[in-house]
Amino acid sequence: MNINFTLIAQAIAFAVLIWFTVKFVWPPLLSAIETRQKEIADGLAAASEGRNALEVAAKKSEITLNEAKQKASEIIGQAEKRGSQIVEDAKGVAKAEGDRIIAGAKAEIEQEINRAKEGLRSQVSSLAVAGAEKILRKEINASAHSDMLAKLAAEL
Amino acid sequence: MATEHANSAEHGLTPSGYIEHHLSFNAHPVSEGAGFWTLHVDTFVMSVALGLIVMGLIWLVARKATAGVPSKGQAFVELIFNFVDDQVKNIFHGNRHSFIAPTALTVFLWVFAMNSMDFLPVDWVASIVAFFGGEHAKWRAVPTSDINTTFALALSVWILMIFFSVKVKGLGGFVHEIFCAPFGSKIWVWPANFLFNLIEYVSKPLSHSLRLFGNMYAGEVIFLLLGLWAATGVSGTIFGAILGAGWSIFHILIVALQAFIFMMLTVVYLAMAHESH
Repeated sequence: MNINFTLIAQAIAFAVLIWFTVKFVWPPLLSAIETRQKEIADGLAAASEGRNALEVAAKKSEITLNEAKQKASEIIGQAEKRGSQIVEDAKGVAKAEGDRIIAGAKAEIEQEINRAKEGLRSQVSSLAVAGAEKILRKEINASAHSDMLAKLAAEL
Repeated sequence: MATEHANSAEHGLTPSGYIEHHLSFNAHPVSEGAGFWTLHVDTFVMSVALGLIVMGLIWLVARKATAGVPSKGQAFVELIFNFVDDQVKNIFHGNRHSFIAPTALTVFLWVFAMNSMDFLPVDWVASIVAFFGGEHAKWRAVPTSDINTTFALALSVWILMIFFSVKVKGLGGFVHEIFCAPFGSKIWVWPANFLFNLIEYVSKPLSHSLRLFGNMYAGEVIFLLLGLWAATGVSGTIFGAILGAGWSIFHILIVALQAFIFMMLTVVYLAMAHESH
């Protein structure tokens, strides 16, 4: 239990050790640890940011998908409408064409009938005249009655 | 552990002679007239060597410290670093990185290393020293069981304490605190305040240093007493070895605990110096 010069020597050693630690040991360790802590904090922040961005993107894609679906169904509806319209139009045109053809045929038939009637009439009148001639040959003077016969032929 | 005792026993030493031999310093006068001007070479060499080894090892790691993935060595050093830093952070609320935290790290590791010398078998140390310096050469391996070491540390902290107190509060503030705390600034309580602070300033370094010294000295003495079993023969040696092993295991706790307490008190004293009353 004797205090001696060792005390001073030890105090000096202590001071040198403290100086060494303050100067050379503590700062590099501190900066390494603090830098790592900061990097970890940044990494965590970036991760949560990424998670948020992912959520937003998912929501956005869902909205876009819904819009596309709606548009597609709209387009399909329009196409269906247009198709049925085209069919309707075609039907109308075909009917009109048919009617026209029918009308033309009817007119032609009428014409044909009239022509036939005309022919028949002229033949009947000449037959009637021929018959009348045969009946009246003797009693009728052709020259005397020709006027009357012509009149009759015109009447028929 | 104090088991290799055969060497000393052969020379017919008495138990008290054995213990006295192991508790004597390798003292060398550094000046005429000895007295105060004596240096305990064993204490000084051991402590400086341990300080250089411990802080040097940490420095080797710190020099290459990376903020990326740490190596195993760096991870271990950072474990110690964070342990000390957390303790200081809880006690001292200033810029701890500029001085107090590094000082706490130094104190903790150095004191821990010096305390750990208690685990060296005392008679192995004696044998090695006898090999180099003759059989009467004295060598105490545990620097913290030398009151000079603990007093040197405690007084250094004490001086730092006063230095920081004056630095933070100014000389006037420091003197004001001595006379006006803890009882108030009325003139008739000045003597009581002064007496209180005087006792506090004297008791701090005393309790700080004697706690560590007492624990380490007692630990060493118990190792020596257990070593005496070897003088009773083979079975006594084995018995002593078993007891020594048990005491060593328990002593691990004391070594770590005393280093920790010494560090904490250092931090507390320095933190208190920064607070104004």
